[in-house]
Amino acid sequence: MEEIKAPMAGTVLEILVAVGDSVAQEDELLILESMKMEIPVEAPAAGTVVSIAATEGDPVQEDDLLMTLE
Amino acid sequence: MFERVLIANRGEIAVRIGRTCRELGIATHAVYSDADQTALHVRLADGATRIGPPPVAESYLNISAILDAAVANHCDAIHPGYGLLSENPEFARACGERGITFIGPSAEHIDLMGHKNQARAEMIKLDFPVIPGTSGDLDDERLDAHAAEVGYPLLVKASRGGGGIGMAIVEDPEKLARAVKRARSTARRSFGSDELYLEKQIRSAHHVEVQVFGLPDGTVRHLGERECSVQRRHQKVIEEAPAPVATPELRMELSQRAVESMQRLGYRNAGTVECLLGDDGQYYFIEMNTRLQVEHPVTEMVTGLDLVELQLRIAAGENLDLPTDAHKPTGHAIEARIYAEDSETLMPAPGTITLFAVPSGDGIRIDTGVESGDEISPFYDPLIAKLIVWADDRAAAVQKLADALDTLELRGIRSNVDFLRRIVAAPEFRDGLYDTDFIDQFMH
Repeated sequence: MEEIKAPMAGTVLEILVAVGDSVAQEDELLILESMKMEIPVEAPAAGTVVSIAATEGDPVQEDDLLMTLE
Repeated sequence: MFERVLIANRGEIAVRIGRTCRELGIATHAVYSDADQTALHVRLADGATRIGPPPVAESYLNISAILDAAVANHCDAIHPGYGLLSENPEFARACGERGITFIGPSAEHIDLMGHKNQARAEMIKLDFPVIPGTSGDLDDERLDAHAAEVGYPLLVKASRGGGGIGMAIVEDPEKLARAVKRARSTARRSFGSDELYLEKQIRSAHHVEVQVFGLPDGTVRHLGERECSVQRRHQKVIEEAPAPVATPELRMELSQRAVESMQRLGYRNAGTVECLLGDDGQYYFIEMNTRLQVEHPVTEMVTGLDLVELQLRIAAGENLDLPTDAHKPTGHAIEARIYAEDSETLMPAPGTITLFAVPSGDGIRIDTGVESGDEISPFYDPLIAKLIVWADDRAAAVQKLADALDTLELRGIRSNVDFLRRIVAAPEFRDGLYDTDFIDQFMH
């Protein structure tokens, strides 16, 4: 189980995957916006999306859980 | 002259504009979002109006809320600063419709230059060289043909874009389609238009820009050039005036070409003609910024002029009585942008400043909108402060910048101050031989 956490405080701009999707290493999972910059969050390894904690448009703090991969 | 100016911005630039207004005896009115209720720019203003919640779309980009505040508080002019609504032609037009002077160029010129594709075409008409690139929107079915027209490596750019947002470098033809797709969605979200163009990437280039002012009588004056080749993510980090790369011949030719083209266009008020200078000595137009630049203080330091004052006087209809050699630089000035971002990764790092102690002394200027205890919020630009130094020559200015960065204290949040210290200590920077690839090479 791999927990994907917010690398910094910001807003979840767009979630690019759904629960059940299989992803390859470095696939973009979601886009975070912080300080006028779009930051893509990538999969650290190949896997399947088990759950998504983030909601588009919601603010997140650094280290908040965004989703989990398996 | 105006009696009360509304400053439609936040942070350091709102504070800086307010300072000149006060010096000229003009009252200031601030606007703020819920995140900025106790911000320095609000505390220093003569009056202030809340314009909405923290996200810029609901506050600092809210045209009707800002205009309502201006009318209700009897403001006769609005200064837009940089970013936010400063290059929004609808805002400039709406100010006029409400009987308020927009401190800047005409809505038509903002619109023309804000549409980068159109601006490139216009500059070609005005006999100014532009970087090889495509014209009109990209056809996603014909990307290979577009790329062939330009050649690799190339840049994907948003036609309505700016500030390096949505820009991508493509070296590998197989990665073009993906980069275009990504740039379209970023451009749509950020600029409300997903129109794109391709531009040839000029490697090992120098970013040199000319400061111009169009006067009410139709003449255009320049105030010399700046070099801004130290960039990360296509955004400037360190700027200086005069440009270390510019020879006297280049300086004269570039500024004359900029003045002639802007005069033919009929441009009014402050603007910056941004160019890239290739290692073959050829220069090309990149884009024009129809507003005050972030880095305007380096021009102020070497000319002794207050650029915000010039903007206000022109907007009020005064023909500035500038001496013929007003553009001649005295000494050398350098600005370092202090950002709330990690010194190693250069990624944003919002947080709360527990201590901000700034250097002071002869030839040292700090422009900032924050104090110890203030929060740098994830909603806005990561700029904390600009540290500007002036000295008799470049070597002395570099040394002064290094010393000032060493004494600056910023605690509680991560910042790029260590990164700036390392750049300023690098031999390439000391020698003034750096180009736009410098940071990339420096990081790896």
